[in-house]
Amino acid sequence: MIFPSTAHGSSSVGTRDASRDLFPCIECLRRRRCVSDNLTRGGVPIEFFHISVLLRPHKSPPHEPHPQEATMAEAVVLLDVWVSPFGQRCRIALAEKGVAYEYKEEDLSNKSPMLLQANPVHKKIPVLIHDGKPVCESLVIVQYIDEVWSDGAPILPADPYARAQARFWGDFVDKKIYECGTRLWKLKGEALQEAKKEFIEILKVLEAELGDRKYFGGDAFGYVDIALVPFFAWFYTYETCGGFSVEAEAPKLVAWGKRCMERESVSQTLYDPLKVYEFVGFLKKKYGVE
Amino acid sequence: MAAVKLIGSPISPFVLRTMIALSLKKVEYELLPEKLGEKSELLLKSNPVYKKIPVLIHHDRPICESAVIVEYIDQVWPESGYGAILPADAYHRALHRFWTFYVDDKLFPSLVAIGKAETEEAKAEAVEQFRAGLRLLEEAFVKLSEGKAFFGGDQVGFLDVMLGCFVVWIEAMEEVLSLELLEEATMPALHGWVVSFRAHEAVKEVMPESGKVVEFFKMIRAMRMKAAADATN
Repeated sequence: MIFPSTAHGSSSVGTRDASRDLFPCIECLRRRRCVSDNLTRGGVPIEFFHISVLLRPHKSPPHEPHPQEATMAEAVVLLDVWVSPFGQRCRIALAEKGVAYEYKEEDLSNKSPMLLQANPVHKKIPVLIHDGKPVCESLVIVQYIDEVWSDGAPILPADPYARAQARFWGDFVDKKIYECGTRLWKLKGEALQEAKKEFIEILKVLEAELGDRKYFGGDAFGYVDIALVPFFAWFYTYETCGGFSVEAEAPKLVAWGKRCMERESVSQTLYDPLKVYEFVGFLKKKYGVE
Repeated sequence: MAAVKLIGSPISPFVLRTMIALSLKKVEYELLPEKLGEKSELLLKSNPVYKKIPVLIHHDRPICESAVIVEYIDQVWPESGYGAILPADAYHRALHRFWTFYVDDKLFPSLVAIGKAETEEAKAEAVEQFRAGLRLLEEAFVKLSEGKAFFGGDQVGFLDVMLGCFVVWIEAMEEVLSLELLEEATMPALHGWVVSFRAHEAVKEVMPESGKVVEFFKMIRAMRMKAAADATN
């Protein structure tokens, strides 16, 4: 089986190919100009991240700007990977603000020169490039988006105390969820049980903080919601690997996630939890996790 | 009753960050040090999530996490004292915040690793990692300072505060472990920055004495070594 190359760091803006063959997503990813048929990369087995690109389910590109918006869209570029919850934070923030941008899917097994230049310190996605200037770290990017496109609905509240609470909880999500969640699918035996205990504790802390509010920020969808909601699509993976039920441990959090999914910015960005689970399945193979 | 209270003492670099910020703003506050090895009721009540210092209490409402506290201080007292801590434009704010993440996630843990290293090999590795981090900050300083004294330019800015709080600890560890961490030869700009930072009035007000930090470092090192020896017996 041969796979299309993504060596050109393809862009999906305004170049959607009409063909719908076996891999419609790959057609979306291909640039109109790209004629590369270097499909097997010299017979070398396809790297895991190529597989991740293929696993990317078909979805409309994160934002298809009107042709007249094209020049403005070029001024804002997001380097990202479809499944990344950190990248999704940025996509949601941009969508909430109605910002036109160009989305570039990165192949992490073959990082583009643009990525290496934009984030030389960490060489990681997401990176927002605004008028040629790169901004790195997802929560730094979300704050930047909030400050630059300040006429849209605010992501961080104006009141200093409420803002401090939002930053505190955004930082909590950042420190806890991904690290502990990763241990749930990477580890076995006692270490897994330890991770499960910790993860449930994290869920309960977040559940208590949310309380009966519509969103973490109250009535308005905001910073903490954006920081956490991409992980809503990972709950299925975490609970399946960990052997527990998120809904049983944190029903309010699940209800909150469903409310967030009613927002277009979220539903257009998050992928089906089963797709995330499939992706993690490949990660497990790569890391030799049984 | 003081409207502003701060739980912690300046021996902790994270508490020192918040004290530098309060000093820059010339805000009066009551300092409530914790006893080593014990956590007060007030701390446990004010920071139930992490149970750690610093905690700023303003009008009886707690704010936790040093970076969050410094941004809060800057927002509540925007024009006081030496003026704004966060840069005026969004892009520079993003850069200061990015490098603060780097300091907290990469640089500080490598500094801790130097102190905790049990073999010469482990120590050498940790030292090299730390120096590599400082070299990145040297480059960042040259870009951000644009020839001026601080990361914030003419004024002490956010990254100055977030990194500067470690200066006295770096110096203490250099003395106790007989190492050079902030190498003048390879990091001349940062070396100059340390001098300017230490000389700033607001920083001098709150910076702990080097001797005290050296003693404290020696004490916790001795405690750690004793605990390790007891564990193997």
